[in-house]
Amino acid sequence: MFFENDPVLLSRILTYVTLGFHVIFATIGVGIPLMIAIAEWIGIKRNDPHYTLLARRWARGFVVTVAVGVVTGTAIGLQLSLLWPNFMQAAGHTIGLPMFMEVFAFFFEAIFLGIYLYTWDRFKSKMKHFLLIIPVAIGATASAFFITTVNAFMNVPQGFEFVNGVLTDVNPLAAMFNPATPTKVSHVILASYLTSAFILGAIAAIHLIRGNKHVYHKKALHLTMVSAAIFAIGTALVGDFSGKYLHEYQPEKLAAAEWHFETESEAPLILGGILTEDNEVKYALEIPYALSILSGGTPDTEVKGLNEFDPEVLPPLWIHYFFDLMVFIGMFLATVSILFVVLSRKKGWNPFNRPLAWMIAAGGPLSMLAIQSGWVFTEVGRQPWILRGLMTTAEGATTSSHVGLMLILFSVLYLVLGVTCAVVLRKMFKGNPVEHELEERGISQPTA
Amino acid sequence: MTYEVIGITVLWIFLYGYLIVASVDFGAGFYSYYTKRTNKNHIIHDIIQRYLSPVWEVTNVFLVFFFIGIVGFFPATAFYYGTALLIPGSVAIILLAIRGSYYAFATYGAHESKIYTFLYGATGLLIPASLTTVLTISEGGYISYEDGNVQLLYGELFGSLYSWGVVLLAIVSVLFISASFLTYYASRAKDRNALALLRKYALIWSFPSIGMGVVVFLLLSQRNAEHFQNMVDIWWVFALSLAAFAAATYLIWQKKALGVAFIMVMIQYFLAFFGYGASHLPYLLYPYLTIYDGFTNETMAIALIAAFIGGLAMLIPSLYLLMKLFLFDADYIEGKK
Ligand code: HDD
Ligand code: HEM
Ligand code: HEM
Repeated sequence: MFFENDPVLLSRILTYVTLGFHVIFATIGVGIPLMIAIAEWIGIKRNDPHYTLLARRWARGFVVTVAVGVVTGTAIGLQLSLLWPNFMQAAGHTIGLPMFMEVFAFFFEAIFLGIYLYTWDRFKSKMKHFLLIIPVAIGATASAFFITTVNAFMNVPQGFEFVNGVLTDVNPLAAMFNPATPTKVSHVILASYLTSAFILGAIAAIHLIRGNKHVYHKKALHLTMVSAAIFAIGTALVGDFSGKYLHEYQPEKLAAAEWHFETESEAPLILGGILTEDNEVKYALEIPYALSILSGGTPDTEVKGLNEFDPEVLPPLWIHYFFDLMVFIGMFLATVSILFVVLSRKKGWNPFNRPLAWMIAAGGPLSMLAIQSGWVFTEVGRQPWILRGLMTTAEGATTSSHVGLMLILFSVLYLVLGVTCAVVLRKMFKGNPVEHELEERGISQPTA
Repeated sequence: MTYEVIGITVLWIFLYGYLIVASVDFGAGFYSYYTKRTNKNHIIHDIIQRYLSPVWEVTNVFLVFFFIGIVGFFPATAFYYGTALLIPGSVAIILLAIRGSYYAFATYGAHESKIYTFLYGATGLLIPASLTTVLTISEGGYISYEDGNVQLLYGELFGSLYSWGVVLLAIVSVLFISASFLTYYASRAKDRNALALLRKYALIWSFPSIGMGVVVFLLLSQRNAEHFQNMVDIWWVFALSLAAFAAATYLIWQKKALGVAFIMVMIQYFLAFFGYGASHLPYLLYPYLTIYDGFTNETMAIALIAAFIGGLAMLIPSLYLLMKLFLFDADYIEGKK
């Protein structure tokens, strides 16, 4: 057999497949409503129909991705019970509250999204229509907030007593607002905003690269890159705080990510490289003091090494590459977006030059890759625990022997959904290019 | 009322909400497909699109509410049902996923295709069939539980008359609820042709739906005598449900007060559904799990109920706005907006 029929391993793979697919749509689901809101707002304030059309077209593409986000979210919501019944039974006692509230947030978002989409020309005042996107944006961010507190809880379970195998003294709020929550929630939300801004920016950049110099695309690029610069700085800053959080509460994850074996101060940050049989780091780039600074803010911070931990409960060391990839992409996105902002402020410089446009176009898919590697890093970095220190992943899993078949079915499903979604989006926008829609709506073509 | 009873009531209300809104949606998909095959689609296509487009996502949330809520209130259900339902649950998810996304692809992608409508129509009947498995299983006898290991007995499930009866009941109910709602919606839209066709569908499915209700009731006596006896004890609830059904059918027959008729259908199912649920108590899964031993801790229960009340305070005005704009706005329904 190719795979041993091990329900635990298969459940882990299926969870990853579903979440990895869901998070693509969830991420843009969190960020795009904000971008739509910004565009519509500018459109009203500057009385510039280009921005209004931007909001309109983004929203039209957005609903298609929402549909996939909703169905895959429904899938993961049920799958958590189907694949991790023991975990959900234990966790239901403590984190039922944020999960319940998350659904309220969706509900709120879904209602207003439905109204927003079908009322573009129904109100006399444009402002009224703009107000409808606000609950959508709030609902989306709130759902990310609630679900991420659940994940934070898995990393630092607290808010209950565990006496003789029985959960007592449960405090749902303490469980929700655990030490991992502040950094985790803000990093996830900012990263979603950043990714959404870059994906929309990449679309505009591709139009420019293809030789379409319409101001509509230039305005789109400017709007997305200014936003992205802000979000990129925020993401990197909170990423730094996340490192300090790990140092404090999950030192084994940080040490594994950094191949840091000996406890020491003035620890260097290791980039790339390979690990030999006897745990020697080779071909890596070392930045002196950087790990100590990431962990505690000063070079003399002592960072715990892997040798201090029980090897039985250490995560796999390959998460190092995923951490590096995320940080590298973070730096790249910040550089590109800040460069764009600087160039567009200086007289005589052209922010719409080809090399920069290419980098922005690459930034779209790269930012999604950063989301994926960030999650792999943090989730695998929690192993072998499903609830750190309390329940191992193996203990949480189902005992059913049919997970393999489900893995195949769901993989096919996501493949088909992903491909159709891409095809439908392409058709939608190819069949109705901006120029055509501007004309149709009688929006004059201002000369830049 | 104990927290346990409040918890299960809250969840049952959401499931009832899903039953109604999803039935309308599922049935609409089927009628859309069926009329396409018989070249009558132009008659009801607009009505169905106008109603469904703004609300389909809301429908789905009712279901999500139920299954996230039940794990919050009754974490032990995750263990029993989670383990037993891996296959039927996954099948239901896949069908829901296909339906939801292909609906969106077809509607927003403005690209009608035969395959999309087929998927949309077929899943409309298959999903209720697969979801009702949960209710069937809850009657007991379909699950084995040995040394902490839960297993679903597929032979028992597929070989039992009761489980097929429930499936049929679900399908005919979907068709009846949906047709009676769309009849009302067509009358609001002043669309005579659609009204005539949908009224015919509503009448066709009315008696099968009540008939299957009775059949399933009788089959239950062999499956779970205790539950059956509990239902007989509150016979008046089901008698009232029957009366609501009679009123609804009469009104649709007479083409009068179609809005009231649909409310009667809702009452019919409300009474039957809550009568069924109440007589099922205290069991969540007969005979292994009751609402008392599967319940969450008290603090969480209070927190959940508080969240529920806060959530409702936010949702009801929003839902009202949605209904006002799309359900009760005559111009919108008539296609003038
Ligand atoms: C666009 C996406 C993106 C970008 C550019 C970055 N991150 Fe990140 N990072 C994530 C997206 C992300 C994430 C996907 O959102 C994660 C996964 C789980 C989580 O909490 O957030 C994450 C987790 C995560 C963690 C683990 C937190 C935990 O386990 O609790 C750390 C320490 C960092 N990040 C640090 C950084 C640093 C120092 C960055 C420097 C630029 C950075 N991230 C850029
Ligand atoms: C916020 C709520 C989340 C919850 C409750 C959650 C829950 C889980 C569970 C139960 C597992 C299985 C145990 C394990 O192998 O670690 C898991 C694993 C995993 N999850 Fe998460 N997850 C969440 C967010 C995410 C997101 C958004 C992603 C995005 C991709 C993700 C990525 C993964 C990965 C990659 C694994 C596999 C780990 C491994 O193979 O060892 N998680 N998660
Ligand atoms: C274990 C983890 C997760 C679960 C159980 C989960 C559950 C769900 C469910 C049930 C839905 C559909 C709701 C509906 O019917 O309207 C959904 C959609 C969504 N999820 Fe997830 N989710 C998880 C992880 C995440 C994460 C980590 C994020 C944010 C970063 C997220 C953001 C969203 C968003 C924004 C939507 C709305 C659909 C959209 O706008 O695209 N989810 N999720």
